[in-house]
Amino acid sequence: MAGQERARDRREDDEPVDDGPDTGAATAAAQQRDAEVDALLDEIDDVLETNAEQFVRGFVQKGGQ
Amino acid sequence: MTVRRVMGIETEYGVLQPGRPNANPMLLSSHVVAVHAAARSAGRGKARWDYDDEDPLQDARGFHLQRAAAHPSLLTDDPSRPAPSGEAGAAGGASDGDGPQAVARSLVDEYEDPGAANVILTNGARLYVDHAHPEYSSPEVTNPLDAVRWDRAGEQVMLASVRALASTAALPDVALYKNNVDGKGATYGTHENFLVERAVPFAELAARITPFLVTRQVFTGAGRVGLGQRGEGAGFQISQRADYMEAEVGLETTLRRPIVNTRDEPHADPDRWRRLHVIIGDANLLEVPTYLKLGTTSLVLWLIERAAAGDATDLGADLDRLELADPVRAVHTVSHDLTLTARLPLADGRSLTALEIQREYLAAVRAALLRLGGEVLDEQTTDVLARWGSLLDRLGTDPASCAREVEWLAKLRLLEGMRRRDHLEWDHPRLAAVDLQWSDVRPERGLYHRLVGAGAVERLVAEEDVQAAVTTPPEDTRAYFRGRTLARFGAHVTAASWDSVVFDVPGAPTLQRVPMRDPLRGTRAHVADLLDSAPDVRALLAALGA
Repeated sequence: MAGQERARDRREDDEPVDDGPDTGAATAAAQQRDAEVDALLDEIDDVLETNAEQFVRGFVQKGGQ
Repeated sequence: MTVRRVMGIETEYGVLQPGRPNANPMLLSSHVVAVHAAARSAGRGKARWDYDDEDPLQDARGFHLQRAAAHPSLLTDDPSRPAPSGEAGAAGGASDGDGPQAVARSLVDEYEDPGAANVILTNGARLYVDHAHPEYSSPEVTNPLDAVRWDRAGEQVMLASVRALASTAALPDVALYKNNVDGKGATYGTHENFLVERAVPFAELAARITPFLVTRQVFTGAGRVGLGQRGEGAGFQISQRADYMEAEVGLETTLRRPIVNTRDEPHADPDRWRRLHVIIGDANLLEVPTYLKLGTTSLVLWLIERAAAGDATDLGADLDRLELADPVRAVHTVSHDLTLTARLPLADGRSLTALEIQREYLAAVRAALLRLGGEVLDEQTTDVLARWGSLLDRLGTDPASCAREVEWLAKLRLLEGMRRRDHLEWDHPRLAAVDLQWSDVRPERGLYHRLVGAGAVERLVAEEDVQAAVTTPPEDTRAYFRGRTLARFGAHVTAASWDSVVFDVPGAPTLQRVPMRDPLRGTRAHVADLLDSAPDVRALLAALGA
């Protein structure tokens, strides 16, 4: 996915830059993590059970060890 | 000092027939196993499990549970009576030098109960139905990285079953999940096994390992949506298994589950070894947690062994000072505390966080290393120590940075993202669905596999190494003899177990049982030449007896 590629490229570019322990860098890292998660969520939307409630209700197991 | 020791992982998989929630799980599990039996028996024999040396009621505290007093779900050593579920209710060279033993041949074929479906794989693993779940018991390995490799091979074995059943119209479709809970009250296990020197008194072993097992979930937990055994509370917790731990020490595995299980069935020389059967752990899809779970536990066991041997008595005493006031409550506290700051009361009145207790164990292991130094550390030991320390540091300062390595954080990251994006509360079924579908073994369905595809999790084992491990055994344990024997002479193997292989040699008056009491014999170095040069099974047995 294009969005995801972008997210990964940006991380590689950002890593060598050391801005010191200021909050700007921390915020940028957090934003970049959010972008990664959003890309993953887009993928998951495509495969997640469409009827989540029914899937969860039907997931019944016997106890084991 | 080393992380190396004989170890293995058994995993019960969740089993469903999609669209049919009332399908019989024992029957589904039997199909999962039987498709491998059918594949194996094409042109080969069908080896059954050899139960002769099994004794699940032997208690490490030195007594033996009376069979009549045991809960039926613990009676796993009688194939004609499969153990039922425990709700409201098995690690392991060739001959030890004493050679093959004669075993009477049954006059009639033994009755095969489909519920006792059981296959021994050419990689040395056992695939069978345990209670109402298909279980993959990995072959014995000697190090954490191999444990990861043959554990992942198990995922591929399960995937092969799913595919085979999906392509056979006459058999039900099955979906398999590498997790431990259904969110309705049922749990099923992922057990680690470690051989530990018998010289360590069991009470000392249990006391010194307990605070470690209680707190290691901060980096081994797989994450779970739902709080309480039936998920009665909304929320997320670190561990799948935590809420089901109800006792400190005990023999049971299916009810009143203990932090330290006392099943004392070493499948090895009982004078030298005991088997620590760890039932508190979660099934992990991420490789780093499996690797560290086996690696760090092995290191702590090493320290406990050395302390018992008098090499580091003071360091053993350091561990004693970590005794928890209430270990069972602490398991739950740690699992429910996503901030990793909850303080756990200790028996001596102090209180420490889970991370602080883990740092105490790491410090004691490092101190023992300096003290008993002189040894050059092997690569995996160095790596496990470095990763353990790094994770404990980062979990304390920047947990989000651990999401590529720690499963509960990888899962939580997705769930929090979904909550933020879609404005969901923790009791929303989509979040529970993410948790369950996370562990679907099918790459096109399993959400963990989406993370793999996106490069969002760290991998330790190459895909081709996993594929090779599906059919080939580890080379440095007796699993090599078991697996290679089945691959080459499978038609003449009537039964096998962790510590035996039983041969039916054409023309021989009796069956021939080859005992394998030492897990570190029957390795490639020991028996490869013998196996490769024997033209037939008769020659193999003759060579083993020589």
